[in-house]
Amino acid sequence: MNTTPDVLRILPEVILTITGVLIMVIEPSLPAGANRKSMGWLATVGVVAALGASLYQYQLPPGTGFFGFVQTDAFSAFFHVVICGIVLASMLIALDSIGGPTGDLGEYFALLCFGAVGMLLMTSAVELLLVFIGLEISSISTYILAGFRRKSARGPEAALKYFLLGSFATAFFLYGIALVFGATGTTAVYTIAPQLGSSQMPLLAIAGLGMILIGIGFKVSAVPFQVWTPDVYEGAPSPVVALMSTAPKVAAFAVLLRVLYGALPALHTRWVPIVWWLSVLSMTFGNLGALRQKSVKRMLAYSSIAHAGYILAAFTALSPDGVAAASFYTFSYAAMNVGIFAVVSHAGGFDDRLTLIEDYRGLAYRSPLLGAAMAFFLISLIGIPFTGGFFGKFYVFSSTLHAGFVWLTVIGLINSGIAAFYYLRLATAVYSKAPETSPADSVPRPAMSLLFALLLTVAATLILGIVPGRILDMARAGAGTYSSVNPAADANTANR
Amino acid sequence: MVPIYYYLILSAILFSIGVGAFLIKRNIISVFMSIELMLNAVNLTFVAFAHHWHQVSGQIFVFFVMVVAAAEAAVGLAIIIAIFRTRATLDVDRIDLMKL
Repeated sequence: MNTTPDVLRILPEVILTITGVLIMVIEPSLPAGANRKSMGWLATVGVVAALGASLYQYQLPPGTGFFGFVQTDAFSAFFHVVICGIVLASMLIALDSIGGPTGDLGEYFALLCFGAVGMLLMTSAVELLLVFIGLEISSISTYILAGFRRKSARGPEAALKYFLLGSFATAFFLYGIALVFGATGTTAVYTIAPQLGSSQMPLLAIAGLGMILIGIGFKVSAVPFQVWTPDVYEGAPSPVVALMSTAPKVAAFAVLLRVLYGALPALHTRWVPIVWWLSVLSMTFGNLGALRQKSVKRMLAYSSIAHAGYILAAFTALSPDGVAAASFYTFSYAAMNVGIFAVVSHAGGFDDRLTLIEDYRGLAYRSPLLGAAMAFFLISLIGIPFTGGFFGKFYVFSSTLHAGFVWLTVIGLINSGIAAFYYLRLATAVYSKAPETSPADSVPRPAMSLLFALLLTVAATLILGIVPGRILDMARAGAGTYSSVNPAADANTANR
Repeated sequence: MVPIYYYLILSAILFSIGVGAFLIKRNIISVFMSIELMLNAVNLTFVAFAHHWHQVSGQIFVFFVMVVAAAEAAVGLAIIIAIFRTRATLDVDRIDLMKL
């Protein structure tokens, strides 16, 4: 028996829930025209506290709480820290780019808090019921956030597309859970694995696995389930895109690791080929799609599809190194992607004044700091050494190569080369002289909160690129929680 | 006693009808209804398996699915109203400001 009080196992979630409720209670009592940014700072304090609580969870003895519903271990703590960091940065970005006293800002920050609760629960849940509830808390909050510019024509359209395809995916995910429950008689992640061996209905479990992969595939926007991504990113406000292109995906990848490695390792001969194809299609389609985009946000949407492909590649390795590489890549992807959306949000504002790549011409002359930050994140997204993006790709592809997937590695490396073209196109636009008047001339001076957000993301990207060892050790500790990960597993299923 | 396969086949058919309607229907409300149909097909599967395994957890799952479906409906209908206010149409083919 462990003696850790259950509430400590969900401490970050409790803190964020209280913060969100406080904001909802205080906000209506403010006078009508008053500035609501104080609510944002309150939310920021809550997220910083949740980040502290997540770091504290590292020191808890690993174990489960609430009758085996949540489990805190090195794995969940790692993803908690990443998600809290993303939410913190995206709050600071929102504080910078939302101007004037807007009436519904209180809800905005409360929804960020509630969404974060759902994502955090997804990473620590070891019961599929709680995974499902966490997924829905996070999804429903982000559906609303995506349509936050409800007066503009594009806001509700983005929200509608996100909502319809998101709920469609949820239904598939649920059906998958139901079928796995039917095959094994349980929905607890770590009792599914032993039950699966004695199951009389293995076909049900395989069908369930397929359905779960479809559901998660939508959430992480893997090809062929990516159709919603560019439209939603284009229509949603940029500070929201900073959050929803990273945090829900990080949480969904954590769920996928738990389900595939924790619950269904016995079916790896079935899911490794499927994930192989998802990964190759996402990388290739994402990068080729990004090449012909003119809008910056659409280009970054396709780039996020490609990055989902890189992360999925690590899943096929079936080794602790693969799990660690996937965790490490989600962290570095989150750092650089939130960072670049910090620049995009500030340059374009809440209403997207700058949309096309051409509009960014001369940004570096208007604001050297923003230009430099953007170039730095683009370099990291390409994967040039001394940035987080380089070591992310390095670990992912060394784990796939180690597992014997030569073709997957080759395709991945070719894709990283293709990706350089479109990232560099944006970087050259930022650093080339504007003709005479460029839309980039209207970019305001960054506020203090944006500088904090940039500092946070630049520091994370640099640390991941210069001293990756410590973070990788943390990711490895998380991977070590999967006893099912078999190092000797199948160099012979490889070589597709 | 009705064998469990009957329930599974029925719920698979309902789920497929939901998927088909989601892809074919042009009115947003109908698309939304087909998602509800898919969720209810899943509920039927859960109840059938809960009976098969003599496990109450499957039935508890159904309650949570219903609660979540209600929350989703509230948000979804709000989004649909926002769409109707800006476009005055509920045809998915005409919600195409951003091309796919």
